[in-house]
Parts: sequence; structure tokens; C-alpha cells
Amino acid sequence: MALTLLRGIQTRPLFPCSSAFVTRKHVLFCSMQSTQTETTMKTKQQPHSNFTETARAKAVEKALKDFEAIIGIETHVQLATMTKAFCSCAYSYGDQPNSCVCPVCMGLPGALPVLNSKVIEYAVMLGLALNCKLSMNSKFDRKQYFYPDLPKGYQISQFDIPIATNGFIDLDLPLEFGGGHRRFGITRVHMEEDAGKLLHTGTGNYSQVDLNRAGVPLLEIVSEPDMRTGIEAAEYAAELQRVVRYLGVSNGNMQEGSLRCDVNVSIRPIGQLEFGTKVEIKNLNAFSAMSRAIDFEIARQAALYNEGKAEEIVQETRLWEEGSQKTVTMRKKEGLADYRYFPEPDLPEVILTEEYVNGIHDSLPELPDMKRRRYEDMGLSMQDILFLANDVNVADYFEATIAKVPDIKLATNWIMGDIAAYMKNEKLSINEIKLSPQELGELIASIKSGTISGKIGKEIVDPVEIEKIVDKVIANNPKQLEQYRGGKTKLQGFFAGQLLYRVDKARSLELDFCSSRSFKMYVLPFFFSRNSTSNGRPAGFLSFCVGVQKQT
Amino acid sequence: MVILFSQAGSSTRRKMLSSVQNPRFLLIQCRRSKPFHNRYHQYPKSIHATSQVQSVSTSLPTSQIQKIQKSILSREKTARQFAEEFLNRLRLTEPHVKSFLHVSQTVLNEADEIDRKIDRNEDVGPLAGVLVAVKDNICTADMPSTAGSKILENYRPPFDATAVRKLKEGGAIIVGKTNLDEFGMGSTTEGSAYQVTANPWNLECVPGGSSGGSAAAVSARQCVVSLGSDTGGSVRQPASFCGVVGLKPTYGRVSRYGLVAYASSLDVIGCFGSSVADAGILLQAICGHDKLDATSSKREVNDFTSQFVAKDIFESQPLKGLRVGVISETLGDGVDQEVVSSIRGAISHLEELGCIVTEVSLPSFSLGLPAYYVLASSESSSNLSRYDGVRYGNQIVSDELSSLYGGSRANGFGPEVKRRILMGTYALSAGYYDAYYKRAQQVRTVVQKSFKAALDEHDILISPAAPSAAYKIGEKKNDPLAMYAGDIMTVNVNLAGLPALVLPCGFVKNGTASLPVGFQMIGAAFDEEKLLRVGHIFEQTLEGCSFIPPLIADEFKC
Repeated sequence: MALTLLRGIQTRPLFPCSSAFVTRKHVLFCSMQSTQTETTMKTKQQPHSNFTETARAKAVEKALKDFEAIIGIETHVQLATMTKAFCSCAYSYGDQPNSCVCPVCMGLPGALPVLNSKVIEYAVMLGLALNCKLSMNSKFDRKQYFYPDLPKGYQISQFDIPIATNGFIDLDLPLEFGGGHRRFGITRVHMEEDAGKLLHTGTGNYSQVDLNRAGVPLLEIVSEPDMRTGIEAAEYAAELQRVVRYLGVSNGNMQEGSLRCDVNVSIRPIGQLEFGTKVEIKNLNAFSAMSRAIDFEIARQAALYNEGKAEEIVQETRLWEEGSQKTVTMRKKEGLADYRYFPEPDLPEVILTEEYVNGIHDSLPELPDMKRRRYEDMGLSMQDILFLANDVNVADYFEATIAKVPDIKLATNWIMGDIAAYMKNEKLSINEIKLSPQELGELIASIKSGTISGKIGKEIVDPVEIEKIVDKVIANNPKQLEQYRGGKTKLQGFFAGQLLYRVDKARSLELDFCSSRSFKMYVLPFFFSRNSTSNGRPAGFLSFCVGVQKQT
Repeated sequence: MVILFSQAGSSTRRKMLSSVQNPRFLLIQCRRSKPFHNRYHQYPKSIHATSQVQSVSTSLPTSQIQKIQKSILSREKTARQFAEEFLNRLRLTEPHVKSFLHVSQTVLNEADEIDRKIDRNEDVGPLAGVLVAVKDNICTADMPSTAGSKILENYRPPFDATAVRKLKEGGAIIVGKTNLDEFGMGSTTEGSAYQVTANPWNLECVPGGSSGGSAAAVSARQCVVSLGSDTGGSVRQPASFCGVVGLKPTYGRVSRYGLVAYASSLDVIGCFGSSVADAGILLQAICGHDKLDATSSKREVNDFTSQFVAKDIFESQPLKGLRVGVISETLGDGVDQEVVSSIRGAISHLEELGCIVTEVSLPSFSLGLPAYYVLASSESSSNLSRYDGVRYGNQIVSDELSSLYGGSRANGFGPEVKRRILMGTYALSAGYYDAYYKRAQQVRTVVQKSFKAALDEHDILISPAAPSAAYKIGEKKNDPLAMYAGDIMTVNVNLAGLPALVLPCGFVKNGTASLPVGFQMIGAAFDEEKLLRVGHIFEQTLEGCSFIPPLIADEFKC
């Protein structure tokens, strides 16, 4: 069967076509099974006992009294281009195996790569965002090794002349980790292509190759060994994620493997100049895992030092095991791998012009650090800044809100309070909620101007009172109601306005009401989500709205 | 020994295709002729203008493509008739020559379709009804494409190479896939995993390589024209050995998409024809920018066909003033004396056509060969990594990954391919890269510069196409270095990426028979037009040399 499928792929005149796996029988990859990130990625996050947390924290604390940890990170960012790096295949995570392939990314005889110019554009964007020096004249090289997920037997990458070098990234540590500003060096950024994936079968007597991901563009970002703790490393990675998301060059999703970090950790006694032996840690699928894995590794290496077994720290690749919260040996380095790099003869050199670079430079969006500095100048607290600037969509929402009403404090409170809680409950992103920043702005403006104000009456806070108002609004607007029932759902906004107006008219509300439980339960869901009945309470207006929607 | 072109005006032997002719006999018939007509009498006196105006010779090679086009469009003959003629000859000669690894079963159907289109007055394309053979390292969707290797046995690509697609769009009929040295690595076609192709001029001799099948197929008139590929001379040397025209275009002139890569920075798809015009028309059809090949040139392509004017409008010295440089290093030691004599004959002929011939020295010439073998082997060691048995080709059964790779590749590759992969892997290895690969790239730059300087001073450069004529099958099979040395004339041109045209200019004696010898003209980058013009004039004024091999002389109807 497997063989038939393969022949099917080989002789089929049209690509991409087959949903079949490229499968070969009798292939055993036992030795590699544990190395595959995709298998371990499925591992569920285990709840960690507080005991282990504390024990590790203590061990690290102790270790760092006598030792200094040196941490460097290699990050692979998958670029969100429409098509792959060297062919016109579209790729999206989770597609049927081998459904996004063509002769080029399958490495068929005679097929040639042609560079997707978006890859250069994104590389230049990231290079500039990371304050790098750009190589106006760079090239691609072939990195050669054999592995079944590497169709050509070489990876098209950049070796001695990466597109960007010698930059840095600025970040602010969260207050719970002590706060403070950090600058970490970026050694280089280079362009390369991703490999496919191996899928190991349960029986273990053959493996399947999925080449969907083969040829997807990556940027590899190599940091200077500037980080000293697990937290710093995790924050570096998080900042990198923010930068690529702000730039829109990648979705930065760690779970899908769009952002992958390999960490190099070594320790040395404080005061010693030369570095200790470095260990590479792979399989880090979350920032928290990074931080914990590094802390574990620091403690492990320090323990070996203290036991006089420093020679047992060897250059190797270790895997982070989420289940046991440990790093374990994956493979020892047997001398340096010789990738036999040489210039890729199928691709012309990459030549950037000043004009091109300037054009990209001028169109760069505001980057996370710039945004944080600006928010700082606006007088926001670091905690607020980090929250708002963490997600570019939240930041945009915030800025659109204060564009409508320049009350930073109220806007921040609303977004970080009610809206954030709502998003969390409903598992929605800020772009998915119904309340537009303009509407929030209006709301805040109304509150500020005192339009919505007045003495608070306990009875009004009572849901029953709200329902009364809702019923009144409905009763007073039969025409709009009919239109709404006929499908003119835009009238939701009209009803909302009427509701607020009525509430105000009755002078039964005051500012506090807007953050009252009732308001949140009845009014906000209406704004936020047309299907929101999550509170399960029968409310006149709400249940009515939902009822209408079910009919249409 | 070579018999120089005789000056004689005698032109009794016009029937070059007649059965009475054998090449040996032809030797003494080879002679130069003056251009037919001096329309303007601009150059009444020339030191070489010794002979009288000649009568038009019917033995001159003519464009078969133009002939077919004219015949089928005028309905004088059908495409089917032409196809049958070639297929019959193919059937008769193939058991001896063995040029093809695969012969299409749909040739006659395709010919009928062309005839139907003509009946309906539909456009049929400039190559309509032209039977084209394609080297088996060029991908064809409807035929196997093995690159002469066991590792691609029965492999059928899901796409046509761009060159093949363009041929089909031009109305050509792909007659089959021709034999080659495995992956183009060799100079004799003995390196094929499937069969040994014979030289139609002498079945005991090699046709050259690696495009030996394509050269032999045109030489034996099994097809009208053919595609080959040229990485270090693989079109030009077999053209010389088989007495046909071989054109290696500028690197980037023809898309490599669908050409099974040997050495990507050197590989070029090239053209074989029995006349310069045919090779030029074929190039016209396949060249130009291709968005699927990032190294293909965006330069505009001129109309080459305008160069193929009839002989009767040539001036008395149609090449007057053309500066020709003879590469002095190519006529010295190690080059067969008969070959040298042939080339000297060709040079005299060029002089008579008005060329200003001088010697030019390319001191880097001898460095080209080792540099070529380092670079080509390095790139091939990488290009051939994809043949791992995972996605296509034969995979051996193995419990373990490295033995799966090792076994599949050990079984699939022949000895010459393994040798080059080993050499290339070595040259790219850490600690050796600078001494081999990097050094070879430096040599390449030197070679490019010296060619550039020479071509600033000259319009074209001249050399033999190979240091000898065809040799016996098996003669160099176990002596790879001797075989590599045979590429000395051609590899430099690939390193410099320049266009070159090889055309037959004489014969050398080979026992009781004789073998053709070609000479090479090298032009500036993207100046194929000039090479074709000079080649066409040379060919059309070189009377009395019949380059129809004896194998088919008997049955070849003129």
C-alpha cells in the first residue's frame, strides 16, 4: 500500500495532488523517535507541584551565588508569506500531509528554486527592527546533510554572509521578575528554508514523511550569549515574538512551531573568564518551559560542579521533558558536524539597494519597545504598559479608544479590567469582541461628561430594573424592532444607544453603574458578542436579541 | 592523417548522400570553396581569393527544419511522411547505434495531428513535424527520464522541462530519449547504466559524451535535431566525434528547469543539428527567460534565423574584417596532429572568407581542467544528494537509516558518479574547502577574465573541440584521468559561461575508414548570433565534405 501511494505521487502528472503520505516501509527510525519535536509537542502540560517549583527556584538561587550562567538562544521564526520560500506552494499549518507540495519543494530531479521576494522583505524588516547592520550583498548557501525530511539532501540557508548582523533587542522585565530594562545582542539573522516532518507510526516499523513544511521560509535569529537567567531568556524570546507579530512577518505561534527556540546554556564560577562547556536544550514549546528548562539546567550543571564532576558536563543536545520537568540527553556531539557549506549555484546573489532598504525602514510600524517608551511618557505604569503593549492588537485597541476619548486612565482600566476578563472568560481575542474601540471611547466619554451619571439606586442595579428599561426600549421602537427581526442586525448599536439613553434619562445610573455587576452581565455581553448567553440568565433584551438571531 | 581541403574547383562529387561515397573517399574531396557570389565586388583582390566563383553545390548541409516546414505548409509532403522516413531509419540503425533509451510510441499520431491542423489552416508552429530527440537527463512528462542512471530507473517526472515544453509549443515531435553517461558524467556515453552507444561513423568507436546519444541520433539521421546538455563539453565533444553541429549556448540563455542537475553553475542545455541553421533554429525555440529558473537571463533574444541567408547572396569575403583569435594553447602538445591539421585547414578557410586570424594566448587555459573537475564534482556531490531512495528511485530494504541511504545509493549509482561524489565531498569538506573549492573558484575568475580580455580583442576564438577524434569503445573506460584530459578544449568555456559552436571541418584517418573532426568557435556572452552567422557562412562555403556517416549513406535518400 505504502509503495503504491509513493508510485502514485511519482507518476501523477499534476502537483500538488495527493493527500497521501510519502511512505516507505521497513524503515526504522527508533533512534530518532524521541528527537522529534512534533511527537513531544503533543505532550500535555503537566501541573507542576509547588514543591518542585520552589525546589528548583531554591537550587537556582543557590547555584547563582557561586556561578554565572551564560545563555544564548537560536530562534527559528516561520514567515507568514503567502507561498513557500522557493516555490509557489501555499502552506498552512494542519493541512493534509503532502497536500502543499510541488516538484520544487519535493526536490524532484530537474526542479529549481526561485526566491520569493517577500522573504527578503521580511528579513530586512526584522533586521532593521533588531537594529542590525544589513548586508547589502548577501547570498544563499547549501547546508548539506541527509535526513528523510530534507528532500534535496541540503537546506538552502545562509552561511558566511547572513542578511543581517550585529544588532540588539531592548526589553522590559515584568515587575514580578524584578523589573528592569535589558538589552541583549543579536549576532545574526539569516534566511533559510524549513524541512518537512517525520511522522512515526505506533508500530515503529516504518515512518512517514510529510513534506508540507519543506521549503517554508524561516528566519534564524542568533542572540549573543547575553542572558543570565531563565527569566531573561524567556523574556528575550517573548520580546522577539512581539517584534515579529508587530511587524506582521510571522504569527509567532510556539505551539504550531512558528517560533522555535533552541537554548545554549553553560555556567562558570563567578570571576572565571573562560566559558564552561555549553549544552543545547531543544523542545521548548512555551516561554515558561524555556525559563524552567534553563533553571533546571543551571542547577544540574552547578550540582555537577559542586560534586567535583564538572567533566560530566559535556557538549550535547538535551531535550526538555515537560512531564518530568527535566532535561535529558538527546545526543552527544561527536565532533563538529561538517555541513560542507558552499554557495547555492541555483540562486543569484541577494543585492539590496539603499532605496529598497529605506523604503522598508520608512514603512516599519512602531515597535514594542518604542511603544512602551511612548506609553511610559504618557504616564502609564510599567504593569499597564507591559499589558497593553504585549499584544499589538490590544495596543491598537487602546490607541483607537484614546483617540476617541483622551482619558488614558479610564481606557486602561476598562481594557485591562472588564474587557480583559471578558476576553479570558469567552476565550476571545480583542479583535473578536463586539465592542469597538470607538464605542468604548463613546462610553468612556459619556461617563466622563456625566451623561451617564446620577444617583445610584440599588433597585436599578437590580437586573429586574435593567430588564424593565430594556423592555421599554423595545416597546418604544417597534419599527426598528421589525427591521431587526428582518435581519438588520446593525440595529444592535441603535438599541444599545437607546438603552444607555434610557438608563440616563431615568437618571437612574451613575458612573459606578458601568462597572457594576449588572452592567457587566447584561450590557457588556450585548456589546461584545451577539451570542453571549454565557451567564445563562434570562434577560429581556438579551434573550430577545438571541431569539431574533436564532430566527434569522 | 588529415587531408587538407583541396583547392581544386572540381565539383563532380555532388551527391554526398550517394552510396558510393565513403568517408575515406570523401577526405580528398574536402576542399574550400570561395563564396559563391561577389555581389558588390568590393574586395576584388585578397591574398586568399585564389579560386574562381564556384557553382552552387548540392552537397552543402541545408536546414532540415526549414525544409520540413516548407514542405508540409505547401502540402508537398505530409508531416507523417517525414516522421515515417525518420522512424524507418531509426528502426534500421538503432540496433547498431543504440542512441535511444526510449522511443516514443506517439510520433505518427502527433504527425497526423499536425497534418490535420494544416488541413484546417491552423497555425502549427516553427518546429511543426520536426522530430526532436531529447537527452534523457531532460525531464519529459510522458516518457521516462533516467539521466542514464539506475537510481532513476523507470522514473517518470510529473512535468516537462521548460525547453521541452517550448519545443512542444513550437510544434516539435519528441521522438525519444537519448543515451548519456550517467548524470552527464563522462565523455564517451559508456558511463550509461543501460547501454553503450556507438559512433555512426565507426560502430567500434564511442560517439563522445556525455550527450553521445543525442549526437549519434542526429548523425545517423534518426531525428532532425536533438537536445543535449553541456557541463564541460558534453554537447561539443560528441558533436565533433559524430560530425554534426553542436551549439553550447551562453549560461543562462536556456532555462535549466527540468534539466537533471549535474553542476548547476556550469550546466547548459545545448542543441545538435546537421546544419548550423538547424542548431540555431532549435536554440531560438528553447531560449529565453524562464521564471522557473532564477539563473536564466532576462536579456532579449534576437532572431537568429535572419543569419541563415542563402549562399548565393554572400559577398566574396562575407567575413571580411572578422577578428578571429586562435587559442595557441589548444594546438600544442597533447593534441592529435591530424586534429591540428584539420583546424589549420579551417583557419585557412576562415582567412579566405575575409577573417583576420591571429594567435591569442590564454595562459590560464591549462588551469581550467583541474578547476573544472573540482567545481563540477563539488556541485554534483551536492546535487546528487537528493537521490536517497526516499521519494523516488529504488530503495533497498533496510532496518536502519544510514544503511538505507548507503545501500540505495551504492546500488543506484555507477562507478564514475561515485567517484565524482567522493571527489566533490572531499573538496567541500572542512579543512579542504579553501585548498580545493575556493581555489578552483579563483581559477574560474581568472579564466573568465582572460576570456574577456581575449574577446575584447577578437570577435571569436577558435580551438579544436577535442584533442582527438573518436576513439575505440573501451579504450579509456578504465582510465578516468585520460578521459578527463579529453575535456581540455571545452571546460574553460563552461567556466566562463560563454557560448560556443562546434562544427565539422574535416576528417582524420581511422584505419581503413575515417572519422569527422570538429572545430570550436567561442563567442562573447549572449552573442550566439555572431557564432551562428560565422558558422553558417563557414559551413555553406565548405564544399565537398560530406558529414553523412557511411552507416546510412547507402539507404539515405537524397
